[in-house]
Amino acid sequence: MNLHAIAQINSFLAALVLLTAFAMLVQRRINGLIHLFAWQGLFLSVNTAMIGFVASKHHLYISSLLTLSLKVILLPYILHVLIVRLKIRKEVETIMNIPLTMLIGIILVIFSYHLTAPVRELSSLITRSTLAVALATVMIGLLMMITRKHAVTQIIGFLAMENGLFFAATSATYGMPLVVELGVALDVLIAAFIFGIFFFHIHTTFDSLDVEQMARLKEGD
Amino acid sequence: MILLILLGVPLFAAALLAFVGDRRLAPEINILGSAATFIAGIGLALQVYEKGPMTAGGEFFFVDAFNVYLAVLTSFVSMTTAIFSRRYMRREREHGRVGHVGMRFYHAMYQLFIFAMLLCLLTNNIGVLWIAMELATLSTVLLVSLYRTPTAIEAAWKYFILCGVGIAQALFGTVLLYFAAEKVLGEGGEALLWTNLSRVSDKLEPTVLSLAFVFLMVGYGTKVGLVPLHNWLPDAHSEGPTPISAVLSGLLLNIALYALVRCKVLVDGSTHTHYAGNIMMGFGLLSILVAAFSLLRQKDIKRMFSYSSIEHMGIATFAFGLGGPIATFGALLHMLVHSLAKSAIFFTVGHASQMHRTQEMDMIKGLFKGNPLVGWGMMFGVMAIVGMPPFGIFTSEFLILTATIKDAPLMTPFLLLGLGVAFAALFRKVQPMVAGEAPPHQRYLKVAHVPVLLHMTLVLVIGLYLPDFLNRWFHTAVELLK
Amino acid sequence: MILRQLAIEIVQVALLIGLSPLFIGWVRMLKCWSQGRSSAGILQPYRDLAKLFAKDVILAENASWIFRFTPYLVFGTAVLAGGIIPILSVDLPLAPTADVIVLVGFFAVARFFTALAGMDIGAAFGGMGSSREMTIASLAEPAMLMSIFTVSLANQSTSLSYIVQVICSGQSVLRPSLAFAFLAFVLITLTETGRIPVDNPSTHLELTMIHEAMILEYSGRHLALIEWAGMMKLSLFVMLGIACFAPWGIASGVGLMEIVTAFIAMTLKLGLVAFGIVLIETGLAKMRLFRLTEFLGTAFLMATLGMLSFYILE
Repeated sequence: MNLHAIAQINSFLAALVLLTAFAMLVQRRINGLIHLFAWQGLFLSVNTAMIGFVASKHHLYISSLLTLSLKVILLPYILHVLIVRLKIRKEVETIMNIPLTMLIGIILVIFSYHLTAPVRELSSLITRSTLAVALATVMIGLLMMITRKHAVTQIIGFLAMENGLFFAATSATYGMPLVVELGVALDVLIAAFIFGIFFFHIHTTFDSLDVEQMARLKEGD
Repeated sequence: MILLILLGVPLFAAALLAFVGDRRLAPEINILGSAATFIAGIGLALQVYEKGPMTAGGEFFFVDAFNVYLAVLTSFVSMTTAIFSRRYMRREREHGRVGHVGMRFYHAMYQLFIFAMLLCLLTNNIGVLWIAMELATLSTVLLVSLYRTPTAIEAAWKYFILCGVGIAQALFGTVLLYFAAEKVLGEGGEALLWTNLSRVSDKLEPTVLSLAFVFLMVGYGTKVGLVPLHNWLPDAHSEGPTPISAVLSGLLLNIALYALVRCKVLVDGSTHTHYAGNIMMGFGLLSILVAAFSLLRQKDIKRMFSYSSIEHMGIATFAFGLGGPIATFGALLHMLVHSLAKSAIFFTVGHASQMHRTQEMDMIKGLFKGNPLVGWGMMFGVMAIVGMPPFGIFTSEFLILTATIKDAPLMTPFLLLGLGVAFAALFRKVQPMVAGEAPPHQRYLKVAHVPVLLHMTLVLVIGLYLPDFLNRWFHTAVELLK
Repeated sequence: MILRQLAIEIVQVALLIGLSPLFIGWVRMLKCWSQGRSSAGILQPYRDLAKLFAKDVILAENASWIFRFTPYLVFGTAVLAGGIIPILSVDLPLAPTADVIVLVGFFAVARFFTALAGMDIGAAFGGMGSSREMTIASLAEPAMLMSIFTVSLANQSTSLSYIVQVICSGQSVLRPSLAFAFLAFVLITLTETGRIPVDNPSTHLELTMIHEAMILEYSGRHLALIEWAGMMKLSLFVMLGIACFAPWGIASGVGLMEIVTAFIAMTLKLGLVAFGIVLIETGLAKMRLFRLTEFLGTAFLMATLGMLSFYILE
């Protein structure tokens, strides 16, 4: 497979990652969110494996496998089990309406494109143009956390940010050293367990997962 | 060798305490583990003192004057906090605020937290630094919500989310740093080692490093509690058990600042301008002013002292940003004495709130009469923290002010304003608490007097006479941070 | 040579006029089969048109010239549009004069006059249909233009023939910008041709009509022309999509073999697209009118993403 075709497939997968990020931004149903997150993880792991193949970096295969097992299988499964156990309502409300959110998402994409311009000029990798997409995914994850009122969507936004960061690592530098990748994966796993526990606590105490309920700590009342 | 002991003991203690659970000896094991860590820390410090900076574990660990001093401080404060926690948490257990599982979890996570902090300090690999920082955050998240009240859960959730977001930005900054480093050092783990990076820092691309520093500032700055990224701090530090508030305020903030300063050194070496320093000064000054003015409005005692932590971290950040030997010396000294004084304050605050069964300052009164140790401890603690002589904080703040007048004179009025407002606010709030008659609902408790006395004595001694070894220690660190 | 080209052009337009009812018949047949009903046969649209042409025209007393003129205009623009889009051959004589922007303009003119005609008589349904149609148009037009622009950007020209030629010489297949533009185009097609989930083409219930409401007052040959133009519009959009995104098989000259191959290729593609349309129509339900903003916003978003991917990734 020549380099040009690989670069094309890489761009295509990057576009798909961006598409899933936007789809998560506008999605109203929680099950749909989880599925989209799984798809995003799948695209990422395929991309990582492909880059590992092309650049002969075998530690990327391990990263790819980690992403696959963690973000495509384990985390969506945990989330799904949580939703079923806690009988969470399946729809999410948003703070602002969806077209406005999409517009802000587009602005963030343009912004990240400009922000990563210096890196793009200096890089010699075939994946350099996808760094903008990675940063955009991080920012869209952030936007998702801000504009949704539900604890589950905040967590998924957080995980989408991690996805974006992982993607940034592969596109700027062909992946961080393995020890760092493993550590980050460990952190994500621990975070997953923690938020699982959290949901139970929140649900028991507040009887809902609407984060608007958690607004009691204010100044000097 | 020593490093292995230093890191291995907390890890082993965590596992052991997870098994021991809520039995009688758990707090004692906690104290012993922390004491062993402290002794190992002193051993390491002596080694570095004699021989200078050293690497270990095949360049995985790096110990120089800057981080070994923080390591010793961390292990010391965690030891004294463990002593305090024994009496305090027993009382909390009796009041029924924590259960069996909670105590088991508390002890195990306490040691894991210490392990994470020490790993963060001693590693040479910037990626592992990030991982350890995240681990430290994660191990304390569930501790903040230990009491399971609505406010505690809310505080823990905010802590989790906001710090998680912040630290994700820091990861992006680390990736960019690795990208710049790869060009010069080649691929693989060597490009993330701080020793290598500081050696080649002038060959790293300035544009990429500037961009990376912005992300690192936002990321690690969130963990330091700099305004405007500080929203999680007052909640998290006020809702958890008091020993946790003490270690979070006293230790974790220092470590986040350490990470930030390490990155700043690299960026300075690359850009050769005052870019990073200016950013740090801006954030630091903003934190000082906002925190000082927020102190006036507080009603909850732990919240008030958390804002005080924000202010002091702002001072330290400002000083590190200013740069130069005097300011850096002042900042290092400030990190030390603030840690000691703030944890001492939290010890007394914990006992005061236990005596009155509340954290509202309006309900706490008459501490001098009710329990002189707690009352006078709090009074001296506050005097120390607002920077009154002869306590150590006066020394460090004086040094920082001197450096400011010399290098950035226009900032001096703001700095003075912040310090002054904090002084007034804290005294205004603490005075009614310690003076006057003891209210009827106050109960007498046996307090853990050793930690408070120890810390305050140290702060006083450092203020009056800076020991020679400490002086030389700091000077070496200042040299390294040029 | 030029005579040959003109002949191809005329044949192309004639085929469009003649065979678009067949395409609609095929789509309706597939829809019936997918819903388990028996269909009325593939030639039913022809019978419907013949029936309508035979009937009288009934005009309201206060109908103005716009009302009488609109059916002919709509039919005419559809025919003109058929002359620009490369269906059989790239080598069309009208190609240098018109590009995609003109095409969009044609559809806009037709829509404008239809909306006016809907309001012309003053009946309630007509006005309602016109206002709904204009709301949708104001959201759909930018999305369509953005989608077309993305395709033009990727192929460096707005002339349809040139676009087709560039794609046929095909260096790159997997271009993210084109993929996004394609998704946007599918959504826009569903909107512009009034299919589910935007508008139900076979409904006459008051609350759910959009396009039907505007033409409710027409009868006889006027209605026949408008219906015929509607069928042509569907075929045109599908052929536009095929030309922009999957034009392989099209003739690049005027040789007879090439034209015949192109015709067969086009028929096959249309047949397949009909499957796609029926799948979407049967699988989705009609959306509430207020949800249409999100739908069209998504289309716009896709198109903009396509444009951004072009700059970022290519």
